[in-house]
Amino acid sequence: MTEFTQHLINGLGQGAIYALIALGYTMVFGVLQLINFAHSDVYMIGAFIGYYSSKYLGLSQHPGVFSLLLALALAMGGCAVLGFCIERGAYRPLRKAPRINSLITAIGVSLFLEFGGQLLFGADPKYFPPLFEAGDPYVVGGVSINKLELLVFVISFFLMLGLRHIIFKTKAGRAMRAVSFSHDNAALMGIPVDRTISMTFMLGSALAGAAGILVGLTYPKIEPLMGVMWGLKAFVAAVVGGIGNVLGAVVGSLILGVAEAMVVGYGASTYRDALAFAILILILLFRPAGIFGKARTEKV
Amino acid sequence: MDVTSGKAPWHSHSLLGGVGVFIIGVVVCAALSPLIPEVINPYLFSIVMYAGINITLAVSLNLVNGLTGQFSMGHAGFMAVGAYTSAFLTTTMLNSPSLTSLLAGSGLPPIVSQGLVFAGALYMGGLVAAMLGFVVDMPSLRLKGDYLAIVTLGFGEIIRVLILNINAIGGARGMSAKPLTSFGWVYAVAFICTLTVKRLMASSHGRALLAVREDEIAAESMGVNTTRYKVTAFVIGAFFAGVAGGLYAHFLTFISPQAFDFNKSFEIIIMVVLGGMGSTTGAIVAAIFLTGLKELLRPLQEITKLDFRMVIYSLMLIFLMLNRPNGLFGTKELVDFWIFRRFKRDPLKLADLPVEGGGHVS
Repeated sequence: MTEFTQHLINGLGQGAIYALIALGYTMVFGVLQLINFAHSDVYMIGAFIGYYSSKYLGLSQHPGVFSLLLALALAMGGCAVLGFCIERGAYRPLRKAPRINSLITAIGVSLFLEFGGQLLFGADPKYFPPLFEAGDPYVVGGVSINKLELLVFVISFFLMLGLRHIIFKTKAGRAMRAVSFSHDNAALMGIPVDRTISMTFMLGSALAGAAGILVGLTYPKIEPLMGVMWGLKAFVAAVVGGIGNVLGAVVGSLILGVAEAMVVGYGASTYRDALAFAILILILLFRPAGIFGKARTEKV
Repeated sequence: MDVTSGKAPWHSHSLLGGVGVFIIGVVVCAALSPLIPEVINPYLFSIVMYAGINITLAVSLNLVNGLTGQFSMGHAGFMAVGAYTSAFLTTTMLNSPSLTSLLAGSGLPPIVSQGLVFAGALYMGGLVAAMLGFVVDMPSLRLKGDYLAIVTLGFGEIIRVLILNINAIGGARGMSAKPLTSFGWVYAVAFICTLTVKRLMASSHGRALLAVREDEIAAESMGVNTTRYKVTAFVIGAFFAGVAGGLYAHFLTFISPQAFDFNKSFEIIIMVVLGGMGSTTGAIVAAIFLTGLKELLRPLQEITKLDFRMVIYSLMLIFLMLNRPNGLFGTKELVDFWIFRRFKRDPLKLADLPVEGGGHVS
């Protein structure tokens, strides 16, 4: 039982990070019906912003909450700008084009960030500096958790809370929800559709940047292709929860995180990477709209 | 063109046009097979071989992505399945004493008996890939659009992870295969694949596939069983990917799961997109061009020690989508361009149909 709880805790930590990435997928899908493949690489760039800012600003000499928050803010800001540029440069010109063209462009942007990153940062893995001391783990009833893991929980929790506030309590959030309902109707109501879409990208990308830092802290080996696997799994999590649904993305991510931790914990760790896709195929077979998604009937 | 006289175009009914083209193509490839390695140097030869394998891959993916309007991103996965299946079969069969003695006793020259084993292994590789294609395509068809992309992508990953975990085929260490692939095999398969796609598209099945691509709902309301046709196209595509994988394995003589990752799938997708989604000849031209480009970029890579290839591919992809989303050829074939137009036999044109009163439909 203790072992099970330990795996559960580890899985929830993993799931919280998946959730930060999955939210970006689900929000962009909500407003554009586009799988933003480049999202996983925005997250990778976030990790590298963290790496370089701590290298050049000397943050790793003063590990602590302040350094961490500064790196987090830089990564989120940088990724938001990157998300904005991607949307402006690559997706907006194709707004009226067939969906498959946007999809291919998204793949192109993703590949460009990955392999451009390899040219820029080098293909070899970098060691992410410890911005925060993990310290001795707290042991409660045989289950251990350290400060870093707690911090990852807390940060993800507050970021998601902030996102929830923006989406459901502000005017901009209402605009986003309107745009995801219908571009034309939103435009008729005086909502600046393009600006709202840009904002959605920036919000999602900022969360991905934050996830990059948190992953860097938890698994300190970062490399330009690190986004591929995480991004795909986060996308799977978003589909499991019901793509386009914000709560669904979080729940799906936690489910996926826990499932993976269980698979690893009970001795099938080599199959870990296949698990997410097995779950995806099962979900698509039995509940294609995801857990929280509503099945939409197609009107002709 | 007089369609009422019952004179069928050569490619649909006559024996020479039917089985004949097929036999002639395969015989020509087989005849050239011992000749080609003699006239060109080994480096060029390997490029020619890769180009041939890539043609098969691109044409088969074009059937799925271009002509049926689905979007598969797991072609490398099917390739891996075919490669491992056929490599496993040839290794076990040619190493088994009972079969070797049987083949030796049959009086066939070794090249024929080995060829028979190889053909069987390639076919099995293709079949296993096709079966998996069926399994993969079925669930994703319940959803529209981009889900197939993700599911096939995920499927490719699952295949890779499974191969890594199966010790009988080498796991992460990879597996060696016998050097059986020759020029003839590669280009005969490329030829068969192209011919199959061409014939398919000229048939009523092909019309149905195009209808599905253009408008699924309209196709469905005209009585086209969209699910069936999509799965058919996908399974045929997977089959040829599997066969190409087998050729690849027996040419390289060593395969490992890393050879069939994500990037391999992307390479094939870029061939299809560059050629123009929906153009078979476009896929062939793009496959040859990109295989050559890869080699042309190699010196640059050796000087700078940086891999520009994927960066160039990705920029090409973005640029194409923003400025020329139809690729080089669009949905046209090579014969549709003006230089070749005179060689082309016109398909049925509405304007050519005789109407009552002898006039033309305007």
